[in-house]
Order: sequence, then structure tokens, then C-alpha cells
Amino acid sequence: MPPIARRISSGFRRSSSEGDRLKVDLSSLTLATAAERLRRRELSSAELTEAALERIAQTEPRLHAFLTVSADEARSQAAAADARLARGEPLSSLDGVPLALKDVFLTRGVRTTAASRILESFVPPYDGTAVARLRARGAVFVGKTNCDEFAMGSSTENSAFGSTRNPWDLERVPGGSSGGSAVAVAAGQCLGALGTDTGGSIRLPAAYCGVVGLKPTYGRVSRYGIVDYASSLDQVGPFARDVQGAAILLEALAGHDPLDSTSASADVPRYASTLRPELGALRVGVPREYFQEGMQPEVESSVREAIAVLESLGASVENVSLPHARYAVATYYLIATAEASSNLARYDGIRYGRRASGASNLLETYSRSREEGFGAEVKRRIMLGTYALSAGYYDAYYGKAQKVRTLVRRDFEQAFERCDVLVAPTAPTTAFALGEKLDDPLAMYLSDVLTISVNLAGLPALSLPCGVDGEGLPIGLQLIGKPFGEQALLGAGYAYEQATDWHRQRPEEPS
Amino acid sequence: MKITREQVRHVAALARLALSAEEEETLASELEAILGYVATLDELDTEGVPPTAHALDTGPVFRDDEVRNGPQVEALLENAPDRAENFFRVPKIIE
Repeated sequence: MPPIARRISSGFRRSSSEGDRLKVDLSSLTLATAAERLRRRELSSAELTEAALERIAQTEPRLHAFLTVSADEARSQAAAADARLARGEPLSSLDGVPLALKDVFLTRGVRTTAASRILESFVPPYDGTAVARLRARGAVFVGKTNCDEFAMGSSTENSAFGSTRNPWDLERVPGGSSGGSAVAVAAGQCLGALGTDTGGSIRLPAAYCGVVGLKPTYGRVSRYGIVDYASSLDQVGPFARDVQGAAILLEALAGHDPLDSTSASADVPRYASTLRPELGALRVGVPREYFQEGMQPEVESSVREAIAVLESLGASVENVSLPHARYAVATYYLIATAEASSNLARYDGIRYGRRASGASNLLETYSRSREEGFGAEVKRRIMLGTYALSAGYYDAYYGKAQKVRTLVRRDFEQAFERCDVLVAPTAPTTAFALGEKLDDPLAMYLSDVLTISVNLAGLPALSLPCGVDGEGLPIGLQLIGKPFGEQALLGAGYAYEQATDWHRQRPEEPS
Repeated sequence: MKITREQVRHVAALARLALSAEEEETLASELEAILGYVATLDELDTEGVPPTAHALDTGPVFRDDEVRNGPQVEALLENAPDRAENFFRVPKIIE
């Protein structure tokens, strides 16, 4: 199949056939404009939700962004939201807004698979905290999105239920692991979505799909009720069409949770209402290690251009160095896999999840349930992590990686003595072809070379669109902040959006 | 570092993971390649560097010792692969 044609449009155009059928065109709305029209009752949540479900039905055969579409539940949530809006008693600015959830977020009564056979029929008896917070604010959940199995991957090809495709070019990956959430937002199947980011799993798909993705500071958002991958690195975050949408979602999600002892008690700023079009005096650092050989030339030029835009808005720019950046991927793949091997020990076929049939004893029940239930990448990471933690190797691998993690963190601390925000590409290239890196785990791991250090250091980072390459594929700009510096990132991103048009691009209809 | 099929079998046993002969073969070469790559960490002198277990050190966290009811028995057992009354049923473990 040849790459589909693309257009750069204002996003306010609609194809005639679609316009005739639908009252609402989601691709003409952002999360904030939809919320505003709901509040003014120019639109109902039912109309928005039907438009989202219609769009999903129309595009899913090509995109496969969803593992479960919860249409009935979404309709009843929308009806309840409309009743509140009619009474003038909305629960929040998210009341009635259709969102999607990566299928690692536990949702009461709605199947949650982590894109794994081992959880194929798992229906959680409770909501995780992020979901509960959005539900309490009236959000409508249209469904659960595809991802790499247990969030382990950079392309969404490791899903046990088939790949998701990039709406900008159906022969390319959407990035991963939160690929379905990024695609759902990019393709107008919803107005915002949640993902998780352990080594780049929000930022990489945001960059590849031309949407905004935010990985908050470690501890900013509760991890209670997500399917764990690597607990010292995992963080929940939002996807949206623009920075304002991400800010609205973060404000709803952030805050201390007694059910997650690693969640931070730091105050939650009013991220959305404090956004200003002016940049102010911002000190921007450009890490030289993030502009390396092998980078796609158009990625470098677009990011350099974006830095010039920030400078024209009043930022001061200087070069900084993160000398241990080149060790981050190796460090990550020891720490993350070690934590994963421990976290995934719970999938034993006893209390929930898939159990192998015909096992003659308990040990065989464990090992065969896990053999049948886990895919190749999950097995690879469990094996690597178990090896790195095993007797005789612990100090050489896991212990060594923890020490290098300290060096990576110190690099950032030094850079942030002179800067407020670091600016870099999100990924060295635009979206790669489906299948291109499937047989080479190391090449796949290196897709995250520019995102992974941030997780090791626990920092917040934002990816937003800053250009397209010669094939018309989106390019992501990454802004990295100090711990709990989300406001500076969102502020810089918002000012950048006011000066540019990249966030208004939409992919051509994938039909 | 050379990773043998023997080592793969040992680690798989630790991880409670049954593997086919083909998977053992593939994993031996893949783990060898990945461990070869992570050996770049040996270039760094980390003598005296403290390990980082959590990026943001918050210290010990306490909470009040209060009773809290999570999902109830029936809700939890609904996901059980096999059950009998209010119990998870498992294969016999005593030979």
C-alpha cells in the first residue's frame, strides 16, 4: 500500500460526506474548545460522544488504536454529564469530554488487558486513581487503547492483539508503548487520552503521531491501579491536541494519593489557567549529546528552528552537556527489566489471568501459564531482569546500573543550575516502518535514546509537534524540566504554539 | 560474554518460565547481544558513587493505621481461573 496523501490543514475543514452525517467534527475541536462549548451548551456530551464513537467505527479497521470500545458505558456517562450540564452543575471542565485510556489503566467493570494474553479476559473490580479522578470530574471514557504488551516496546507492535498503525502513514508505527492513545488523539477518535511513560512511552508516540504528550515528574500522578512495568520509572501522563489540553488533564490527574506511597505531596499548580502567551525570561539549555550523528537531518533542522522561535520570544539559549547520556539506554534496560521481572512475578495463573490447562503440579501451572500468556518481548525482559538480579551478577549489572543512574541524574542537576528548561528532539527520526525493528531488539531499544534519561532522573518532559519531514511525517520537540517544573514546560510549549502552527496539523482521513 | 543454553534454562527456572528449545536458542543469542551492549557501563568508574533506587528521594512515608475495605471477596474471585466456594482452586501441591 503506498503512503497515503497528507495535507496540512487548519483542522477546521471537514470532508463533505462526513459533514452531512455528523453534527460534530471532532477534528475541528481541541479539549479546551470542546469543554467550552459544552459549558455554553452549544454542544452536548451525547453529540460529542456519538461523534467520537462514529469516528472510531469509521477509522478502526485501518488504525486499530483500540482494544476495547466501551460504547454503552460512554453513552450513559455522556447522558449523565448532559444532565449535570443542563442543571448548570458540571463536575469540572472535563465534564462530558470523551477521553481514551491506555489499556494498562484498571477500569472497574471494563476489561483491562495490558495488551497481553495473560490478562485477555481480566475485568478489574476497581478503578485506578487516575481513572477515578477523571471519572469524578465527569469525563466520558470511549475505550481502552492498544499498546505494547505490559508497556514494553517502542512501536506498539508488541501487542498480543496486533499492531496499531500511524494515521499519517498506515505503513508506519505510531511509536510506543502508548501508541493507541497517541493515534486516538491524532485521528480525532477522542479529545484526550492517558498513557504511561517508563522510558519514553508517552513522548515517542506523541512525536510520531503529531500530538502533545506529557510525562510528569515521577510521583506527580498516582500509579495506583496501573498495570506495573518498572515501578521506579513508570509515570502516568496525558495526550492532547495542544498544550492547553495536556495542562487541563494534568491538573485533574496530579496530586498526592494515600494509595501510592511514591506519589508526591507537592502542591498542584493551576496548570491550565496560568498559561500565558508570553514566554517571559526563560533560560533554555541545549544538550549537545542530544544532537548526534545518525539523527535525521530534518529532525535536527526543525528542532533548531524551534529553538530559534523560543529565542525570538525572549528565551536565552545556551549549550549544556549531559556527559552520561550515552549510558542511559544500557542503564535503563538493566533497571527496568530487573523491576519488571519482579513486578510480573504476580502473573502465575492462580488468582486472576490466564491459567494453562493440564498442568500436573503447581510449578508447572506457574511456568506453563507464563509461557502461554507472555509474548516474546515480555519473556526477553523477564529473562534479562532475572539474570541481572541473579546470584553472582547482581553487583555487576543491577548494582552497577543503579550507580550510573546517579551519574545520569547528576548531569541534569548540573545543567539545571544554569537553565530552566532543556530543549531537544523527542526522537532521532520520524516514525519508522512497521516491522523494521521487530527482529532486532537492540535497534528497537535505541528508539528511546533521547527520552530514557528523563525517566532515570525522574524529571518531567513534554513532547509537542514542531515540524514535518520530507514524507510529511510529524517531528517532536522535547522540553525537559526540573522536578515538579511542569508549569515551566507547559508555559514554554504554550508560548511556542501561539507563535507556530504545527499543533494544528491533522493527518488525512485514513480511509 | 557467552550465554549458554544451560544458563538460559537456569534463569528461566528462576523466572518460572517454561521455554521451548527454539526459544532457549533465540534467547541465548539475544541476551548475549544485549549484555554485550550493556557492558559499555564498565567504561565508567563508579567507585564511591551511591546507587539510585528512586529518582526523587522522599524518605519513609507513613500513613494512619486504619481499616480500609477494598473490593469484596466475590468481586475478587470473579477473575479466578478456577475456584471452589470462597477459595482459589489450584493443582495438588503435595505429592
